[in-house]
Order: sequence, then structure tokens, then C-alpha cells
Amino acid sequence: MIGSLFTPFLFQSAAQAITPILLAALAGVLCGRVGVFNLALEGQMLAGAFAAIVGSFLAHSALVGVAAAMAGAAAFSLILAYGATVFRGDPVVIGIGMNLLASGLTAYLLRVVFGVSGTFSDPGVVGLGRIAIPALAGVPVLGWAFARQSAITWAAWALTALIGVVLYLTPVGLRLRGVGEQPEAAGALGVDVARYRIVTVLVAGALTGLAGAQLSLGAVSVFAEDMSAGRGWIAVVAVMLGRNNPLYAAAACVLFGFADAIGVNLQSRGLPNQLTDAAPYVATLLALVVSHRRRSRFSQRSRKPAPTAGEAAAAHRRGGSGRKA
Amino acid sequence: MPEIAAAGIVKRYGGLVANDGVTLSAERGEIHGVMGENGAGKTTLMNILFGMQAPDAGEIRLRGAAVRFRSQIDAMAAGLGMVHQSFKLFGSLTAWENIVYGAEPRRGPFVDRRAARARVAGLAARHRLAVDPDARVGDLSVGVRQRIEILKALHRDARILILDEPTAVLTPPERDALFEVLKSLAAEGRTVLLVTHKLHEATAITDRVTILRDGRTVATLRTADTGAAEIVRAMTGRSVNLEVRKRPRAPGVPLLRAIDVTIASPSGRPAVDRVSLTVRGGEIVGIAGVAGNGQSELVEALVGLRKPDHGRVELCGRDVTDADVPARRAAGLAYIPEDRAAVGSAPSASAADNLAMGFHRAPPLARGLFVDPAAFAAWALALIRRYAIRIANERVAVGTLSGGNLQKIVVARELAHEAPALIAEQPTRGLDVGATETIHERLVAERDSGRAVLLVSAELGEILALSDRVLVMFEGRILADLPQERADEQSVGLLMAGRGTEPG
Ligand SMILES: Nc1ncnc2c1ncn2[C@@H]1O[C@H](COP(=O)(O)OP(=O)(O)OP(=O)(O)O)[C@@H](O)[C@H]1O
Ligand SMILES: [Mg+2]
Repeated sequence: MIGSLFTPFLFQSAAQAITPILLAALAGVLCGRVGVFNLALEGQMLAGAFAAIVGSFLAHSALVGVAAAMAGAAAFSLILAYGATVFRGDPVVIGIGMNLLASGLTAYLLRVVFGVSGTFSDPGVVGLGRIAIPALAGVPVLGWAFARQSAITWAAWALTALIGVVLYLTPVGLRLRGVGEQPEAAGALGVDVARYRIVTVLVAGALTGLAGAQLSLGAVSVFAEDMSAGRGWIAVVAVMLGRNNPLYAAAACVLFGFADAIGVNLQSRGLPNQLTDAAPYVATLLALVVSHRRRSRFSQRSRKPAPTAGEAAAAHRRGGSGRKA
Repeated sequence: MPEIAAAGIVKRYGGLVANDGVTLSAERGEIHGVMGENGAGKTTLMNILFGMQAPDAGEIRLRGAAVRFRSQIDAMAAGLGMVHQSFKLFGSLTAWENIVYGAEPRRGPFVDRRAARARVAGLAARHRLAVDPDARVGDLSVGVRQRIEILKALHRDARILILDEPTAVLTPPERDALFEVLKSLAAEGRTVLLVTHKLHEATAITDRVTILRDGRTVATLRTADTGAAEIVRAMTGRSVNLEVRKRPRAPGVPLLRAIDVTIASPSGRPAVDRVSLTVRGGEIVGIAGVAGNGQSELVEALVGLRKPDHGRVELCGRDVTDADVPARRAAGLAYIPEDRAAVGSAPSASAADNLAMGFHRAPPLARGLFVDPAAFAAWALALIRRYAIRIANERVAVGTLSGGNLQKIVVARELAHEAPALIAEQPTRGLDVGATETIHERLVAERDSGRAVLLVSAELGEILALSDRVLVMFEGRILADLPQERADEQSVGLLMAGRGTEPG
């Protein structure tokens, strides 16, 4: 029974489920790195999904749809970008507001633009094609997962690598990491903290747009109210589990993607869907508990806030010198 | 022509004039001391020189040319570097990342890690600033962090280096190493501006000192022809008695005891190893030792911030080993913590609130369920006056106070408890000579009125001057328990290094 679960189909549907979560998580990681905790991923994704449908419907082009999604979500992210910097708002409050706004606004626009409510699909909407790579077809696991996926799925993984490289190997990445950790110190060294934050949040917004486009133009070409369906929240959890590291966050997304795919699979075997839909959330909770227990063991020694000179002196005295064990 | 000169600098904060027409001028290759009482305006002046604050009036000249810095970035570009009282580092980044941050060597679109590491290693070797480029800064000691701050300035090729009380947080060997570095920087033709309160440091290392009082320059003295007493007189406008006078002691009953206290440490060797000590009413017991030999763990156990793995703590004859901090305070313990900003005070709260903490639940500061703001203010003003705290009014947030004045707030509050037992950890760190004298007098007065005082200090001179008995801690153990008559600089110094045995 367990063995028969891990079919090529499972890997394919997992890869598909991972894509939007991963893109949103990457966006969350970038924002987290510059010190803007992004809770708006769910709403940003939804805005992107809607913009994608509109673009594709009007231009009869998936590419235009994707471009519209990225631009639309980035524009929507202006609220967070300026709200959390220039206007000094609390990113948590702004994020929650944006999620409510996205949900209401897309439902409203659905009615205004398309004259329908609930869901919208139309032959005029061009979905994303699936890329088949024959050379991969024979390879187990990887071949199964990437057999027929949209370009966005490929892009998500390429972006994961790219963001890793930018964060850890380039001057911009170094500065980003510093801005999030000690904005004051970064500013003192000539880095324009507000500008770094604004640009990063907007770029992250474009990534959530890509995630939204995958939702509405990826597997099926349809927009449904609240179709992000909690994926943004799962991405938030992935960001926290991955502690703003793109690779760890991606690993968390893989876990959630598989939980999702397994849930779907079990459903096809007759388990009630209310139960199976919960699979990714159960995985999320388990992951949170496990990581919390690991971290709280850690934090015994690092309970105090950011090290001050005095704290460092204490650390020095405690450990003699050099690294703490 | 002076390398850097300031003339007529004025800076006001509301009604308070922090700098009131300050002049200062330092030559190329000079180590120039800046001294003055707490709140005299030293940090303010340094921040202005470094472009962090704009002066309300006055002029800064670099090698003769007038400059106007809009921010510290301009100042850095003009060849200035500053090591602040609290460091500005990224804890999760490595040493080399911190040093090159914002001025990274590049190869194509990437940070040239190899060049960056080589640059850092090269600067570190040339200036004998021992730093492992790949260490995570969050794991490093204060001494190493300070070296990283200096390397940050040198990486940007600073010709003028400003250090604000750099030695306050250093152990004596670290301080000596820093002074060697500063001397070699000056020998290379760089200019060092050094803010310090310690007379022996000023006389040992500076070429000249500029002395500020109440925001004005009162003197610039050539150190070689100046005695410590003259510097003190210039700073305070009076002569300060650096000797402590005490009545003969009359020890009473034991008020604070540690019995066989052991505290494990992650490194395996216990941080505190079967320590027993007794402090009686009417005596000051000093714990001497190089920082890092278990003193702060021991104090944490005595105060209730940490549970010992073994052993007991007694306060006024009661076993308080399992009591938490409030319970111990209620049982008669006052505590002046080493870290005044993080442990000792709430920086964004007002002076009145900070001074009332711990007294706010009972009359006269509380009335029924409510606190009494008028009583808070009266209480705060009384303490501010008694300790000569330099502050505009009692509603000011203590985070804006000068370092020494914040320390006075904490000391004033803790002594006001009049608790039978007092633990004072580095009570005069960052304080000027006058304030140090005041606090020494207070501690002696506590003793004379029959209280038990446990003094932990990295300043051996302070320990020797105040203590009736001196305990020397080394590697978690108490090596010696010397009466004041037998404790002198040499014997205690040897014991602090783990050498020598208790004579007799
Ligand atoms: N941002 C600020 N707002 C209000 N008052 C301030 C501010 N910064 C400094 N002051 C006041 O200006 C005066 C001078 O402070 P400054 O920090 O320059 O003193 P200092 O000489 O460095 O003292 P210390 O030796 O205690 O560090 C103090 O009375 C301080 O309270
Ligand atoms: Mg100062």
C-alpha cells in the first residue's frame, strides 16, 4: 500500500503542488532577509492569479498572462513595500490587511470584469503549455517529477538556485543580509536601507505573481475566488522553518508538496476529502513542532536578544574565548 | 597644520546644551585623548566629527580645509573611522563579511571572497589585530569584535580613527594589546582620538588630552608634562580624593552566603567549581579575577538568574536556593548588574519610571492599585539630585543619557532599596572620577551602616581600595581569601593569573 503510493504520478503531482508554494516561499525569504516579515503571500498570490487570468483572456496569450501576474502582484506589493518602510507600518498588520483586501478585491473584480461570481473559465484564456523533455523521460524520480511540467515549475527551481547565488555570493546579497539583521549598521556603512527594502519587496511581489500564474494558468485555466487556498500560509511556514534560507525553505516546500500530493492520492482511493485536504497542514504542524523542539534546545544559551557588548562580554566569560560550543 | 580641528562646535538637545563651543585639534600621528565627566559632551563631539549629527554651530577642518559632513558616509569617504561605545556589527555574518560590507572587492558580479579574505588577513597581520576572517561574529568575544570594528575602518583606509571608551569592555590583556595597535597606527601617521575616563590610560598612551567640562573645552594638556591630579582638577574643577577612607570594620552576622556552589558549563570544566563564600553585615567582600573566570555565573546564581547545579545560597540566614529574583529581592537583596542597558534599565522608559521600578507597588509611590505620578516625579528628582545625574528632567527616556549617567540611575535605584545585602557588579564602569568617588563613598557608607556588600570588579585598584576581604577567582574556583592588609597588587595579580598561592 505504501509502496504503491510512490508512483510516477505522485512525483508529478507533488512537483506541481510544490511550484506555487516554493515561489511564494522564495518571496517570503527575500522579504525576511531585508527585515520585512511578509504575511501577505496568500493575498499576493491571489492577486497574481487573478491578473494572470485577465492578461491571458485579453491577449489570448499565456505569456501576457504571466507578465500581467508579475506586474499585478508587484503593484499590489507596493502597499507592503512603502507601508513597512516609508510609512513605518507594522508588516504583520499590513500583511493581514493585504490578504483581506486581495480576497475581497478579486471577488469584486471578478464580478465587474467578467460578470461572474465564484469561478471563471473561458476558452479565450490560454493556459501554460507543458514542457516535455524526452531526455528526462527515462530517469526515475526526476524524470517522473519533471516529465510534463509548466515552464513556471522549471523557473521556480532555477530561481531557487539563482536566489541562493545572489544572496550568498554577490555584493547585493551580502548587503541584503545585513539590512535585515542590523539596519542601523547597514545604513552606517552607506547602504540605503529603505531602498533595499522597497526593491526587494517588489521583486518578491513579482515572484508571488508567478506563483499565482501557476495556480490559474498552470494545471487548469480557471480562476476561483480564494483559490490560493492556504498555500501562501504554508509558504509563510516554510520561510520560518527555513529561517530565511532559500534552500532550507525549498526543502520544507518539498515536504509540503508531497504531503499535498499524497493527500490527493489517498482521496482517489476513497478517503474523505475533508481528511485528505488536511494533509499539508498536518505536515506543517508536525514540522513546526519538530523544529521548535530542536530550536528551543538551542536557545537555552541564546535566549537573550541581539548580543550587546555586555552580552558578548558575558558570552566571552562563559566560553573563555572563541566559539561557543 | 592639524590633521583634524573643530572650532566653536555647539549642539543642543532641547534645553540641554551638550556641546557649547567646543574646540579640539589633533595632529597627524598623534594619539589625542578626550576626557571629561559623564555628560560633558565627549560622545556628542565625536558623533559630530564623524558626521552622525550636524552641529548647530561651529566648523570642522580636515588638514586645513573646512568640511561639512551630511552623514557618516561622507565622513568615512573623507578618511574618518569610528569605533562606537556599542558596536555595530552583523552577528550572523562572518568577520570578513562584516569588514568589507558596503565596500566589497568584486570579481564580475560576485564578491571576490578570496580577495576579501586576503585583504582582511593582510590588514589583521600588519596591524597585529588577531581575527579569524571566517569566524561568525555572533560567536566572538567583545575584544575580537572591537578589532573587527577597527579593521572595518582600516579597510576603508581611515586616516583618523575615533574610539569612544574602547577599554570599558576589555580585559587588561586585551586593553594592552589594543594600545599596542593604537601606537603602531599613530606611528604610521594616522591620528587617533581616544575617549576615556581612566587617568592611567590617558597618561600611558596619549600625546595630549583635550578636557571637556559642561560642553566646553577647558584645557588641552601635553600628557608628558601633566600629572593625573591636574587632569582631574581640569575635569571636575575641584580636586578629587582618589583615596578611600574607611572606618575599621565591625563585621556582624553572615547576610549572604554561597555554600559549595557548582555551575556546569558547556565546555565541560565547571564555570563555578564548589565555591563557598560568606559576606557579613558591615563588610565589603571583593571578588577579583580576570573576566571569564566564573564571576558572572556566580553572581547570576546569587541573584537568582541561574540555578546552581549543586550547592546552596543563603540570604539573611534563609535558604533561597530555589527562590526567584523577586523573592530574593523581597528577602533583602539589591543588585547592580554589569550590563546597565540590557539588564539594569528599560532604555525607552523615563528616568522617573526607571528609578521607581521595584518601588512602584507600595506607598509612597503607589496609592492602592494605582501608581502615583507626582510621587514618582518627586522620588526621581530627589535621586537625580543626590547622585548629580546630568539629565534635562525626570521625564527623559534613559536611553538618551550618556553612558555614565545611565549607570548612575541604576546605582541610585539599587542603593535606595537599603537592602541588607548588595551585590555590585562593575559599579563604576564608564563612570568619571568624580562619580566613581561618589559611588565608592556610597558603597562604604552601606558597609558602615551594617549592610553586606559583595563587589565584583575587573578594576583591581577598586577592589583593593574598597574591600575588607579580597577573594581571587580563577577558573571557577576561589584561590584565596585575603584580608585587606595582606591583599596588594602584586600578590592578587599573581593569583588572578592562577599563579602563586595564598601566603601563610
Ligand atoms: N539624543 C539625545 N537626546 C537628548 N539628550 C542627549 C542626547 N544625546 C546626548 N544627550 C545629552 O547630552 C549630554 C552629553 O552627552 P554625551 O553622551 O556627549 O556625554 P559623554 O561626555 O559622552 O558622557 P559619558 O562619559 O557618560 O559617556 C548628556 O547630558 C546627554 O544626556
Ligand atoms: Mg559617552
